[in-house]
Amino acid sequence: MELQVKNISPNNFEQCIKCTICTVYCPVLSVNPDYPGPKQAGPDGERYRLKDPEFYDKALKMCLNCKRCEVACPSGVKIGDIIQTARIRYDHHRPGLRDVILASTDEMGSIATKMAPVVNTMLSLKPVKVIMDKTIGVDCHRTFPAYAGRTFESWMKHKAPDQTVYPHKVSYFHGCYVNYNYPALGKDFVKLMNAIGYGVELLDKERCCGVAKISNKLISQATRDAELNIRSIRAAVAKGQPVIGTSSTCIFTMRDEYPHVLGVDNADVRDSIYLASKFVHELVDEGKVKLVFRPDFHRRVTYHTPCHMQRMGWAIHSVELLRMIPGLELVPIESACCGIAGTYGFKKENYATSQAIGKELFDSILNASVDEVVTDCETCKWQIEMSTGVPVVNPVSILAEALDVEATRKANGL
Amino acid sequence: MIYDTIIIGGGLSGLVAGVKLASAKKRVAIITSGQSALHFLSGSIGLLSAVDGEPVSDPIASLEKLPENHPYNKIGAGRISSMAGEAADILKAAGIVVDGNAGETRYRLTPLGAWEPTWLVMDGIASCPHPSKCPWRKATVVNFHGYLDFFPEYVADGLREAGIEAECHEVKLPELVRLRKSCSEMRAASIAKILRGEVLRKLAIELNALGGDSEVLLLPAVIGLKSMQETEELQAMVKKTIRYVPVIPMSVAGVRAQSMLRNYFEKLGGTYFLGDSVSRGNFSDGRLESVHTANLGETVLEADDFILATGSFFSQGLVAKPDAIVEPVFGLDVDQTAERTERYDKNFFAPQRYMRFGVETDKEFRVSRGGKTVANLRAIGSILSGADPLKEGSGAGIALLSAVCVARKLITLN
Repeated sequence: MELQVKNISPNNFEQCIKCTICTVYCPVLSVNPDYPGPKQAGPDGERYRLKDPEFYDKALKMCLNCKRCEVACPSGVKIGDIIQTARIRYDHHRPGLRDVILASTDEMGSIATKMAPVVNTMLSLKPVKVIMDKTIGVDCHRTFPAYAGRTFESWMKHKAPDQTVYPHKVSYFHGCYVNYNYPALGKDFVKLMNAIGYGVELLDKERCCGVAKISNKLISQATRDAELNIRSIRAAVAKGQPVIGTSSTCIFTMRDEYPHVLGVDNADVRDSIYLASKFVHELVDEGKVKLVFRPDFHRRVTYHTPCHMQRMGWAIHSVELLRMIPGLELVPIESACCGIAGTYGFKKENYATSQAIGKELFDSILNASVDEVVTDCETCKWQIEMSTGVPVVNPVSILAEALDVEATRKANGL
Repeated sequence: MIYDTIIIGGGLSGLVAGVKLASAKKRVAIITSGQSALHFLSGSIGLLSAVDGEPVSDPIASLEKLPENHPYNKIGAGRISSMAGEAADILKAAGIVVDGNAGETRYRLTPLGAWEPTWLVMDGIASCPHPSKCPWRKATVVNFHGYLDFFPEYVADGLREAGIEAECHEVKLPELVRLRKSCSEMRAASIAKILRGEVLRKLAIELNALGGDSEVLLLPAVIGLKSMQETEELQAMVKKTIRYVPVIPMSVAGVRAQSMLRNYFEKLGGTYFLGDSVSRGNFSDGRLESVHTANLGETVLEADDFILATGSFFSQGLVAKPDAIVEPVFGLDVDQTAERTERYDKNFFAPQRYMRFGVETDKEFRVSRGGKTVANLRAIGSILSGADPLKEGSGAGIALLSAVCVARKLITLN
C-alpha cells in the first residue's frame, strides 16, 4: 500500500514513455535553459517528488502553464497539470504583495473602475511605472489595460428588459476583463447573440475564473471563486441556459483547471460551458442560425491561436467563422505562444523571457502585414498590441462589426 | 462539419495521404492526438532492406519473397515502383528534398557509424550508393563541445571501415555551452533552436578555421528545425561540403519533415486538429458515417471516407491488453496470435511475432469490425498487419506507399 502511494499520482505521469517530444514544443525551454523542461519538471520529477517532497525544484515556477506540452504528447500525459499541482502541493513560498495585486483582478477592478480616469492616468505615468518596477517588481515596460468608467454588469442591468423578448436564452460569463476594462466586447457579444435570436442574461453571481490566482498560488481564494462560479453555472444550466464566455482562458480554466488543478468537480455542467465562437459556429454549422454580412466590410487579418485555445482544440471554430465573412482576407500564421501567460509577463523577473518567447509570433504577425490580429484571449491581445503595434480584436467583435444586423435578424425569423 | 475524407492520425502516413487528397481538391481533415513518430525519423526512408534476415539489394525484385498478407503485396509489385516515385514527389512538393529511387538501395550512416541500406535520404544526410563507392577520400567528423548524443569516434570508425580516412574535431560555441545548464537538455532540437543567424555565422568561422585536407565535414544533424534555410545558409558560408549524420532522437530532420508536411497540407486547404482524439464513431449499414472527438464534444465530423493512420504500439494505434491486442478507436479486428505466449520469442534479437500484428484489411486496405468489412474505412501505415518493419527496414516505406495507394483509390472513386 505504502509503495503504491509513492508511485501513483492523480495525473497520469506513469504513462510517460520518455520520448521527449514535449521538450521540442516548450516555449520556455526554447529561450531559457534554466528551466528544466516539461519532461523533467513534469512526469520525471513527479516520480521523485512522490518519494520525497525535498526533490521539488523551485524552477517549476518558470512554467507558463501554456499546455503546449500536453498538446504535443503522443501518450496523453497531462504534463502541465502535473507541474501546476506540484507547485501547489510542494512550493510553500507565500505569494508577495505584487503577486496578490496582479492576481486579484476582481478586487482591483471593482475599486479601479470607480475612479477610472485617475487610475488610468496614474498607471500610464512613467514615474509611477518606474516606482512599481523598483518597489514591487511589476516590469516598467508593461502597459496596463485601461479601466472602464462603468462596469459591463451595470450596463447590462439597463439592458436586461430587452433580453426577455428573444426565443432562446444564454448566460454570459463576461470575466474580469470585459467587466472592468473592456465592456465593448461584452456589448458586441450581446449584439451578435441578439441578432441570431438569443437573449443574454448574466449569471446570478460571477467571480474571476481564477486563472491568475492559480498561477500566483492563491489557491484557497481560487477554489472559493471556482465553487461559487460552478454553483451559478449549475443554476443557469438548470434553467436550460448554456454558459458562454468570450475569453478562451476563462473558459479553459472553468472546464479543465477546476477539476484537474483545483479539484472542483464540474462534470455535470462542463459540456454546457462554451466559448462564444464555438457556440455560434456550431449553430451555423448545424443550420440552426444564419449570419448575413455587410457587403462593405473589408479587412485583412490573421488568427492567433492562444495556448489555451490550442489545448481546447477550438481554434477551428473561430477560424471557420472568420472564413464566412466575404470581405475578410485571412492570412494563416504558425501557432506560437505570445509569451505573456497572464500575469507571468508582468513580473519584472519574467519580462525578458516573455518577450523572447513571443518573438517568433511577433515576427510572423509583422510579416503577414495585416490590418488586425484576431484572437480569443485578452492577455494575448495586450502582449501582441504592445509588442507589434498591430491592433488585436476578439472574433466576436469582428463578427459584430461585419454583421448586417437587420438582414441577419430577418434571416433568423425575428 | 462535413469533409470528403477524415484521416485519423497525423504522422507520415496520414500527412502524405492528406496532402495527396488535398492536392486533388478534396476537403480533408486530419485528427491527431499529439505529435507523431515522425519525430524519430532519422532522415532516411527505407523501402525494403532485408527479407527473412537476408539483405536486399533490389527492393522491387525481392517483393515476391514477402508473405501474402504483407502491405506491399496488397499494393501489388507492379504498382510499387510508380507509387514510390509519386511518394517521393509528394515529399518534394512539401519542400522535403530527397535522394534515391526505389530500384536501388542506398546506404546512409547511422548515429553509431554503421552503414545501413535505405531508399530515400533527405537532403544533406550523409549517404552513398554503396560504402565501397563513397565519393570521399578523407572526412572530418565535427562535434559540438559538451554534446553527448553524437559519437564522432564511432562514425570515424565506420568511415575507416569503408576505406575513408577520418579525423575528429570539436567546436566550442559559448551559446551552446549555456544549454548544458539543464543537464538533460543539450539535445538535438534545443541546439537547432540556437544554431541560427549570428550563432550560425560563428559556427561557419569555426568550421572554416579547421583547415586540413579532407573533402567533407560531417556534422551531427542538429541544424534546421523548421526548414532547410539554416543548412543552406551554413553551406553558403563554409568552403567544404557539409553532410549530416543522424543523432540520438529527437531527430531534427524528423521534426522538420513533420512541420513541413503539416504546413503544406494546411496551405492546400487541409484542416489539422492537433491534440484531439476520436472518442467514438457512428456506424450504419457497414459504413462509418461520422466521428466525435474529445475536444469538439457534440460537434459531429462527417465524411464520405475515413482513413485510420493511428500507428502502431508507440502511438497507441494498437494497445496490448493482457488477453489481446486491441485497436482502441473503433475496436477493429486485429490480426494476432491467440495465445499470449506466442507473441514473443524469448531471444530478444529474433524476429518477434507481435511486430507483425495490426488491423486486418482486405486487398483495398478496408478494415473489418466484428468480422464485417467497413466499406469506407481504410487503414494505412504502421497499424497494418503483415510486416515486420524493424527487421525489413520497411516502416516508413509502408507508411508512404499505403498512403499513396489509398489516396489514389479515393480520388478515382469519387
